Amino acid sequence: MTSAKSEFQERSARVAPDLEHRARMTRQLRLYSTQRAAREGAYGDFQAARRAAGETKWQALMALDRHLLEFSEKLEARGAKVHWAADGAEARAIVLDVLSKRQAKLVVKSKAMTAEEIGLAEALAERGIEVVESDLGEFIMQLRKEPPYHIVFPAMHLSRDEVGELFHAELAAERTDDPEALTMIARRVLRQKYVAADAGITGANFAVAETGMISITENEGNARLGAALPSCMITLVGIEKVLPKLEDLALFLPLLATAGAGQLLTGYNTLYAGPRAPGESDGPEEYHVVLLDNGRSELLADPELRDALRCIRCGACLNVCPVFRNVGGHTYGTTYPGPIGAVLTPSLRQQDGFEHLPDASSLCGACSETCPVGIDLHHHLLEHRRRRAVTDPSPLWHAVFRAYAFVCARPALYERLISFARFGTRLLRWAARIGVAQAARLASERELPEPAALTFRERWRRR
Amino acid sequence: MSDRPAMLRRIRRALAVPGSAHVVREVGTSRPVEAVRASLLPGGASEAERIARFSERCRELKADFLLLDEVSRLPAALAALVEREGFRRIATHRSELTDAACRDLPASVLDTNGGYDKHELERADAGITACDALVAQTGSVLVSSRSAGGRGISVLPPHHVVLARREQLVPDLFAAFELIQRRYASDFPSMLSLITGPSRTGDIERVLVLGAHGPKRLTILCA
Repeated sequence: MTSAKSEFQERSARVAPDLEHRARMTRQLRLYSTQRAAREGAYGDFQAARRAAGETKWQALMALDRHLLEFSEKLEARGAKVHWAADGAEARAIVLDVLSKRQAKLVVKSKAMTAEEIGLAEALAERGIEVVESDLGEFIMQLRKEPPYHIVFPAMHLSRDEVGELFHAELAAERTDDPEALTMIARRVLRQKYVAADAGITGANFAVAETGMISITENEGNARLGAALPSCMITLVGIEKVLPKLEDLALFLPLLATAGAGQLLTGYNTLYAGPRAPGESDGPEEYHVVLLDNGRSELLADPELRDALRCIRCGACLNVCPVFRNVGGHTYGTTYPGPIGAVLTPSLRQQDGFEHLPDASSLCGACSETCPVGIDLHHHLLEHRRRRAVTDPSPLWHAVFRAYAFVCARPALYERLISFARFGTRLLRWAARIGVAQAARLASERELPEPAALTFRERWRRR
Repeated sequence: MSDRPAMLRRIRRALAVPGSAHVVREVGTSRPVEAVRASLLPGGASEAERIARFSERCRELKADFLLLDEVSRLPAALAALVEREGFRRIATHRSELTDAACRDLPASVLDTNGGYDKHELERADAGITACDALVAQTGSVLVSSRSAGGRGISVLPPHHVVLARREQLVPDLFAAFELIQRRYASDFPSMLSLITGPSRTGDIERVLVLGAHGPKRLTILCA
């Protein structure tokens, strides 16, 4: 029987030993680390900025109901329509309804992890609406018919040759492996789509309660184009994205850029306050904002894990995670991979089968260390494990740890047994050499340690 | 389909659950803006410092920044740019700075005021706009759908040219958001955008490429 867990194990066993994959991930993520460290150094006090951001997000969540009301009233006063969607099905229905009323056939979509979360593009395609992903990375992944590999760098696992081959096969473009030439091919294709599109769909990075505005961060300008030319604009936003005040962005925009991509500020940080206003020269006639719950209020009711709702989706915890680097983004089989994904997924998917993800962590704490809003990620991973030990106890592990505790409480017994361990390691090495399957597999994945000639206690006595 | 009351009810019920000691944060009700400001990058105390910082940021971002002595030089500087780049069709809008500078350009002019044909804007070689502010801290240009000719003009043509006055240079993002509140709070434009450098992407092997969708080049003429 295949389960999410066995698929995870099978995929990670395939990807982790792939040295080319590892080299590519390491190269890119090392570049990220260097750039980010240089940026952090330019801050007056980066840790103080992190603390301020963490507190502001907490404050925003603790009055979430009031902030959402204020946000929606201010935004609707300028002629936008705010929709409240309890789950993915409702959100999909709302978007479909808006698009079918306008008889939309072609939609340009910019990056939105919430759309991935609820399978929006697939739902629209089923109804015969063509959805074009306009972010370059997402565009590449759409041509490959695969989900994004990373929440900020969707196509980071592909080489320039692979992208060149893809464009040649799917777009009948001339063969090239030059990133600039490849980008220009995508530019050419997509510009025609912006002009022809009936609607633009975007995600959102922040929702400002005080002024009723959506804030979108991007480097390419694709979201701006999708928000400028089509006659209808739809923004899908998770309810946890609120910030109380407009000035909070002065902190969050640079922090997101630095944590997410080692930038000082992302190329375009845009506030959307409504549909085209009287006297303006362009912009959509209709602006719809869909507030998505989809498990978030359930997470908010959790005294401990509600902390994870402060996440601003910068992807930093993926970048520094040794497990993510080695198993890659697709291995998780979830919308949000990496440490934050392992914390969020069991709650947001509202289904079982992803409880193994908190185990896919070395608990090294690099994620907590890097998080720009100070989410204690490895603590939450442990919390998931603790809870599972209570709700789904394993008789075998209980027995093992009882035996362990028994031995450790008796020094003489412990010492006797530890000398057997030396013998056991030799036995294992020997078994691997003569080809016992289990032992050979273990030895192929890691170096078996050379047993020490004397235990610590023995050495201590002879000192 | 609007399910607002039910969603708000669920949120309020969730908030009524007390948080665990490990995650609850002491939240000061009045965090001084100055403390947060000091934790970020500096903007510059004097005009000279702000200009130096803005120009340094532009260099990093591969944007062109040209500082002129007086506003009366803007038209000639723009005309020289149009000639050098060989712009044949430009798009612009009505404002004090653009009106003066675009009057006698050797190119056909599309005015976006009151609406325009998007196919025509797509064919323009450059969009020439005014702005709300320049931000020294980050090298950003703040535009809005009201001050800069709409949403499309600053992002569809392959070259965006910004005309600005020195007084528009503010130190940092806090000052930029203050300015937005002061100028527009009673009636916000439908879009406000902080443009930081030309359109860029690193989606293929993290190699930086300019002009992913929007402008490949950004030129700021400031007097």
